[in-house]
Amino acid sequence: MAQSYTITHMLAGLGRMAISPVQELGRVAIFFFRGVIHLFSFPIQADKIIDQVYFIGTKSVFVICLTGAFTGMVLGLQGYYTLVKFGSEGLLGAAVALSLIREMGPVLAAIMVVARAGSAMAAEIGIMRISEQIDALETMDINPIRFLFSPRLGAALISFPFLTAIFDVVGIIGGYVTGSLLLGINSGLYFSRVESSVLMADINGGFAKSFCFAAIVVTVCCFQGYTTHLRKEGFGAKGVSLSTTSAVVFSCVTILVADYVLTSFLL
Amino acid sequence: MTVPLIEFNQVFKRFGDNAVLKGVDLSIYQGQVTAIIGKSGIGKSVLLKHIIGLLEPDRGEIRFQGQAINAMPAAARRTVKMKFSYMFQGTALFDSMTVYENVALPLKEKGRVSFRDIQRRVRDKLAQLDLAGIEDKYPSQLSGGMKKRVAMARALVTDPEIVLFDEPTTGLDPIRKNAAHAMIAQYQKTFGFTGVMVSHEIPDVFYICQRIAMLDQGRIIFQGSPAEIQNSTEPVIQQFIRGQDPEAINAAPSER
Repeated sequence: MAQSYTITHMLAGLGRMAISPVQELGRVAIFFFRGVIHLFSFPIQADKIIDQVYFIGTKSVFVICLTGAFTGMVLGLQGYYTLVKFGSEGLLGAAVALSLIREMGPVLAAIMVVARAGSAMAAEIGIMRISEQIDALETMDINPIRFLFSPRLGAALISFPFLTAIFDVVGIIGGYVTGSLLLGINSGLYFSRVESSVLMADINGGFAKSFCFAAIVVTVCCFQGYTTHLRKEGFGAKGVSLSTTSAVVFSCVTILVADYVLTSFLL
Repeated sequence: MTVPLIEFNQVFKRFGDNAVLKGVDLSIYQGQVTAIIGKSGIGKSVLLKHIIGLLEPDRGEIRFQGQAINAMPAAARRTVKMKFSYMFQGTALFDSMTVYENVALPLKEKGRVSFRDIQRRVRDKLAQLDLAGIEDKYPSQLSGGMKKRVAMARALVTDPEIVLFDEPTTGLDPIRKNAAHAMIAQYQKTFGFTGVMVSHEIPDVFYICQRIAMLDQGRIIFQGSPAEIQNSTEPVIQQFIRGQDPEAINAAPSER
């Protein structure tokens, strides 16, 4: 009797472990689609979207430039010393530009925005949840998803491609600094290789990735904050800190998984 | 007999192992202010949140003008919800917004009120609550009492038909508490809204409410007029309204 009870419990536990992530995914998907619907519902929240473009986009430009520059410089260094072994250091411009535009630009720009703005979104919405501010919105007949999530989603969809483009351009210049100015590759050759190797398809692929990452980052971060009160591992301030951590971790992991999936389709 | 505006019919609510509401029956009538009294932590705020739909009952139904709210279509439910306003116990002010933005938000988001009208209504409401001059301050820069009054201004700025107050005067000094009570009573007379107020302010609530309901052990053990509750012979009710601790009363003779 006791043995069958233990087996039933174990099976129930296994079932819960399998069902729980599926349910969570379903909740995230519903959250996302409701956000998309409210993004286009009237009246359009243009003022809130602009505020969020400033927060997500404009305020991230400095950190994007900084990381873009050093990423390009490292690519320049590593690329040069690898290519020089085969006597093809002239291809450095192509290597740096393609690496950045296809992969590193969209991924690293998205991860930097997660670190700077995504964590802040999760914390802000989480605090609003635990201090009943989201309940207050509901009592005022203001849809919290429309009010909190949709403008951030719209702003991220606008900002991410721009940030990615800035990252790419600054990174290519960073590669030029190490490759040409420090290591002596002809600058005309560097830029002509960039121009000849990069196709419009590469740029479009990079932008497609940045759109997807924008949706992923904002959805994951806002959802984590929005569901802070449902956390079983911690309540109050601890719940907010766990939500913020989960937002950053899940966003980064999902970006990398999505990057692999998208790359396999785009190549 | 008049049909109640809001009616609880055998409402049960449980959070994990904690059964908070164990078959609540309550009637709230139009144009009256009903006070819900009872010990702290007994579930008065939970009961109030059921009215506005922030919590759903596990069992039982809540009717609005005779119709079960949880059986209504989404659009009808929304129409009902728009008649309500709620003042939270913890104020629930938006801490990243100024006082003005907090009070203006419900008007602004509706999108049907002009900018000038919003400005006038917000400033009027703040002045009525003795809050003029703090429009640009943030909630974190205000005292607890001021936050309460800002929350009250936000709850009343839309001129709602039904206002739910969750301990509106807790933390206010006696002068401001009386002013807030007087304002609720005066507003109720002027605009004829229906009020439901969770309060511990006894006997003050007897003067401003037309109806009193007492929650105890997850059930409404009394509902009636202030005069009726004061004349009640029920020991639990008498002990509560006189502020006597039944455990202390029972323990007193044995200590001698």
